[in-house]
Amino acid sequence: MLERILENRFAIVAVILFGVGLLNMMLRFNLLKKVIGFSIMDSAIFLLLASLGYIEGHTAPIVQEGSVNAALYINPIPSGLVLTGIVVSVSVTAFSLALIQRIYKRYGTIELDELLERAKKEED
Amino acid sequence: MRPFYENLPFFTIFAAILCGVITAVIRSGRTAYLLSLWMCGAITAASGVLVYFLYTGGVSFTYTMGRFAAPFGNAIKAGPLQALMALMFAVVMGLSLLGGSRDLFHDILPQKQNLYFVMTDLLLAGLLSLNYTNDMFTGYVFIEITTIAACAMVMAKDTGSNMIATIRYLFMSLLGSGLFLIGLTLLNGITGYLLMPPLAQILRLLANSGDYHTVLVVSMGLLVVGLGIKAAMFPFHLWLPDAHGGATTASSAILSGLVLKGYIMLLITLMLRVFGMELFDAAGINALLLALGLLGMVFGSLAAMREYHVKRMLADSSVAQIGYIFMGLGLGNASGVVAACFHILVHAACKPLLFCCAGRLSAVSGHHRSLRNLRGSAYRDVTAGVGFTVGALSMIGIPLLGGFVSKLFLSEAAVGSEMMVPVLLVIALSSVLNALYYVPAILAIWVHPPAEDAAEVLADVTAEALTFDRSFFISAVSFIALIFVLGILYHPVINILSAGVRLT
Repeated sequence: MLERILENRFAIVAVILFGVGLLNMMLRFNLLKKVIGFSIMDSAIFLLLASLGYIEGHTAPIVQEGSVNAALYINPIPSGLVLTGIVVSVSVTAFSLALIQRIYKRYGTIELDELLERAKKEED
Repeated sequence: MRPFYENLPFFTIFAAILCGVITAVIRSGRTAYLLSLWMCGAITAASGVLVYFLYTGGVSFTYTMGRFAAPFGNAIKAGPLQALMALMFAVVMGLSLLGGSRDLFHDILPQKQNLYFVMTDLLLAGLLSLNYTNDMFTGYVFIEITTIAACAMVMAKDTGSNMIATIRYLFMSLLGSGLFLIGLTLLNGITGYLLMPPLAQILRLLANSGDYHTVLVVSMGLLVVGLGIKAAMFPFHLWLPDAHGGATTASSAILSGLVLKGYIMLLITLMLRVFGMELFDAAGINALLLALGLLGMVFGSLAAMREYHVKRMLADSSVAQIGYIFMGLGLGNASGVVAACFHILVHAACKPLLFCCAGRLSAVSGHHRSLRNLRGSAYRDVTAGVGFTVGALSMIGIPLLGGFVSKLFLSEAAVGSEMMVPVLLVIALSSVLNALYYVPAILAIWVHPPAEDAAEVLADVTAEALTFDRSFFISAVSFIALIFVLGILYHPVINILSAGVRLT
């Protein structure tokens, strides 16, 4: 049992983090906390992705002086994906933060329930 | 030497991205607008050529990007289905921009107009890539690009309620892409590939041996639900009415007509190329799609019936129409997928027409949006009135119009499957419900209101709004023609789609 937990430690941590992020994103009314929840969720996925490519005892795949021995290196593709994923996540976070800032300037609050109420009042 | 037309899909995507980048440094909104229109025209022409060659040749091809050969690297795969969809995307994008242009320059601040076109160009690039991609991770990246561009287009009209709609849309979309990404990660974990053909091979082996069955089903579910959230599949559609109903006319038309379809195209690719219909069936994904599609068809229409705000009514009706598409996919046979693809085309022609006409009708009624204030507005712009009527009748499913043909093919695909009775019943029910809110809307715009109400509305109308809108006229007439073509000359289209589904 303990061995299995140790073996899958990355996956377990990733699942817990994903849950934390997801709940934050879904249940919080504060927009900023939602964004933080989203960031945690994405980080959890990146952890899982990076751990998939990791092979115990192998090093980063930096080829030196033409000696290519694939048995020495970890799988580089998931790391590349994590890099791309981080770029995507950063841009999305930047976009949502900019949006939240504008909402704050307009309404003076970033609580979603208050915002929805006010928007409804404006419409009537 | 490979034929030249194989470069076209890449060129179209690249042209869209390039135009987006160039537009960012153009100051004038008008120039950016013209550049976007020319780009749509060029992509339309290129995709048309591609459809011709791929359909007459009966082939699909893989175009490898860079020097890395499969199973690494990145690739595009195009067949008749993808080429036809790309054609449709470009045509509808161009016509929506034309049709909504006056509202667009009215609603968006002058110094920000060029940025709007950056978003439309990148959105088209995203949609084309979702359509053509042969690599899962590229799919994910372009999902995010499409999302950001779409959100920016919603908030382009700078009002408070639009910003709130955008943030809700953004969070739902982020949830969707998060689920998609984790599904993708699990899939990569059990197969080790991201390129679709080797992925499909390994998945076939896994399905036969039964290894990693749970992981496979979970990842399939996550991918489908992730895309479903983004495509406003039934219980995940709550963000849609505000986002699509509140935005400026061209944004509403593009979001309803195209953006939802981009995600569905990726889902169709997953279904046909990666997992295969049998695996979807065995995991119960088809049953899920079918059930949610049927529910969406009913509940979307019910929500639309309660709406008095014309654009929100159209947005709710999109939920119902998306339900038709998911229902077709959920039938789990090739004819169901063909019918669903045909419905994608029909909806992509009807809904932008309806949105453009609704935008124009409300412009000639002092920018009032409720149906009550739109009474008699069709007489102030007859083209918009006729366009709205044709679009609405097509949605209801009147023969000679596109909507009838897609309902016919969806019903035909259902005949013989075990879900025949409920599907046919729900199609009938949904058609009645469609009629129940579209017919009153048509009547409202064509019936003269009492004189004092008319005077009250007319007091808000500027003389400029009542002048003839040439670009809207061109766009509405083209859309109406498109709907009639899909309704009368549907045989070649269905042939291309069937060939495309076979070759995907």
